[in-house]
Amino acid sequence: MSVGETRVAINSDQDIVSARQKGRAMAIELGFSSGDATLIATAISELARNIVSYARKGQITLKGVQGSSRVGILVIASDDGPGILDIRQALRDGFSTSGSLGLGLPGVRRLMDEFEINSQPNRGTTVTVKKWRQ
Amino acid sequence: MEVPILKQGAVLIATFQAALSDADLNQLRMGLVQQVVKFRSRAVIVDVTAMDVMDSFASRTLREIAHMIRLRGAETVIVGIQPEVAFAMVQLGLTLEGVATALDLEEGLAYLNEKFKTTN
Repeated sequence: MSVGETRVAINSDQDIVSARQKGRAMAIELGFSSGDATLIATAISELARNIVSYARKGQITLKGVQGSSRVGILVIASDDGPGILDIRQALRDGFSTSGSLGLGLPGVRRLMDEFEINSQPNRGTTVTVKKWRQ
Repeated sequence: MEVPILKQGAVLIATFQAALSDADLNQLRMGLVQQVVKFRSRAVIVDVTAMDVMDSFASRTLREIAHMIRLRGAETVIVGIQPEVAFAMVQLGLTLEGVATALDLEEGLAYLNEKFKTTN
């Protein structure tokens, strides 16, 4: 299984749409079910939205990954924006999603299997998520 | 991307496509509310059958559309949320609280007919 790496520059709301479309296409190519591809596309949409809302620009990297006995998709959302001051708060439900703020990181964590965040004030944020094919 | 808005009697029907950007959604929100005023519509059906992703912005916009239209004294029904999309929305913690939903366009129209009957 070799599905290459795709980088999508995120500079505007239109790029959110193209990032999630590319993510869905890659997920399908990797053999994910259409339901899982929807979850992945939704997570990518939220991550790209955070970039546009908080950092204005950044990029989403999509990559097929091979585990010991399974195939997965890796999504890296990175920006050089203001960073997240309180990561623990940002990962708490209710701080995010339904309100006006966006973020939605707890939701993204639920949509995917693995979730990692690195953020430094004034240096930027990188969110790395993975989902494994069932 | 233009979202077609169909006028059927007192009901407006807006059909969403898959790849709507935030700007498209904002434009649609304004367009729908303006048309509700222009045609004195009593209800709006938003058909999201083709939408493959409903993220936080899209759900918030739908909620806002429904609330603005309610302030005009009209009803909004969201129809056609796909099972996979519904699943992803629940995982994300998104709700459409206070907004009527129906299985598809037909059910949405039936819901409105019932509603108009009882309020008349």
